[in-house]
Amino acid sequence: MIIINSLIEIFPQLLRGIGITIVILIGSAIFSYVTAFIAGFLRLSKRKFIRGATTVYVEIFRGTSLIVQLFWFSYALPMLFGIRIGSDILAAILAISLNYGAYMSEIVRGSILAVSKGQTEAGIALNMTPFQRMRLVIFPQAVRMMLPEFGNYLIQMLKATSLVSLIGLTDVLYYGNILRSSNIAIESTVYFVILIFFFLLALPLIFLTRKLEEFSKKGVET
Amino acid sequence: MDLLSYWDGFWEWVRQFIPLNWKWDMFFQAFPFISKGLKVTAGLTIITYIFALLFGFVWTFLRRIPNKYVNFTVTWTMEFIRSTPPLVQLYFMFYSLPLIAGITLSPFTVAVLTLGMHFSTYIGEVYRSGIEAVEEGQWEATTALNMSTYQKWTKVILPQAIPPTIPMLGNYLIIMFKEIPLVSTIGVVGILHLANDFGSLHYRFLEAFTVVAILFLILSYPSALLINKLEEKMNGKYGKENLYLEENN
Repeated sequence: MIIINSLIEIFPQLLRGIGITIVILIGSAIFSYVTAFIAGFLRLSKRKFIRGATTVYVEIFRGTSLIVQLFWFSYALPMLFGIRIGSDILAAILAISLNYGAYMSEIVRGSILAVSKGQTEAGIALNMTPFQRMRLVIFPQAVRMMLPEFGNYLIQMLKATSLVSLIGLTDVLYYGNILRSSNIAIESTVYFVILIFFFLLALPLIFLTRKLEEFSKKGVET
Repeated sequence: MDLLSYWDGFWEWVRQFIPLNWKWDMFFQAFPFISKGLKVTAGLTIITYIFALLFGFVWTFLRRIPNKYVNFTVTWTMEFIRSTPPLVQLYFMFYSLPLIAGITLSPFTVAVLTLGMHFSTYIGEVYRSGIEAVEEGQWEATTALNMSTYQKWTKVILPQAIPPTIPMLGNYLIIMFKEIPLVSTIGVVGILHLANDFGSLHYRFLEAFTVVAILFLILSYPSALLINKLEEKMNGKYGKENLYLEENN
């Protein structure tokens, strides 16, 4: 009973923060997918310099933790250049999308390399240009391999959005923290309700990922 | 000499466009100060990892119970732990649990329990995929040889199931290491916490957070390379198809 009462009491309060959470989720999803494709293709480039520079980016962002990057973008970067990068929302989206973009670029690269060599050879035999080969033959086959992992990383990004309350953005967890310190009666349940809140946000993504997994397995010999 | 003055002039010209505000003396002050937290961070990582490795077996065991309802409950509990933010879980264990259960745990214990639990759900899946990769014939052979359940698992199944998963388990160690700085929010004095302290003491967050990033890079990049090597070695040893484990994270 206590749980249901506090659910009714807490949920509307948390809803005030859902806007920021969803804006950051969608923003970083879009930017990270774009980053992943760009970085993934650049790592397959023939030029050594481009490949090396992209590798440095990927390894730096994969080698340090997201929370450090978030603090770096919101506290250190403005100090370094004496300017702020727009708002905190922008800093958060930048940190999350560059981090997950680096992770997913590996998936893009791996999937493209995993398309069997015969496909490339067939493309050459049909006198396709390299661009046509990529666009018409290799890329469509690689994308379906990427999809389940992309879904998984979407859930990871949702989890990562909870970190933005640490740099002062007013997301779901921020309002939860305020509730905890202002109302002693619901102090014990507020974080469990937030967990349920995040789980409800994650549920559609979980089902989406399962659908994507089915889709990517369909009609492919293993 | 002339060249040097040109260079100075050029540098001044660049600096007016990019006002770099970097202080090396602060950097060298911050480095030893923050490195002191490395012991806590590394220790926490290892203890949490051991906890996750052991608790992963519990999930694997629970998922193998052949009962529809138990299976459903266990699957969705795992899904719940896995798809909710570890930060909120830490807050829950640290702030709410003492009020609900009446036990107060130290921040360090909370960190081990929460993050260990969080990652044990991933590690349980890794074990499961390893066990499912063991061939059908091996299971039948244990039945044919009239082995007890204990013998079956310790002598036949697990020795074949676990070694191929070692690279994946290593990956999770690195992933976990990067989630460990979260615990600075509940007051475990690791490197991120010390960086915050240093930053607010001297108002130099730039150097402090850069030091943290460098420390993470120094530790995690060589381990990642090591695991890649290990993966290649395992590929040769167990064959590629055995290693194709589903990454269900």
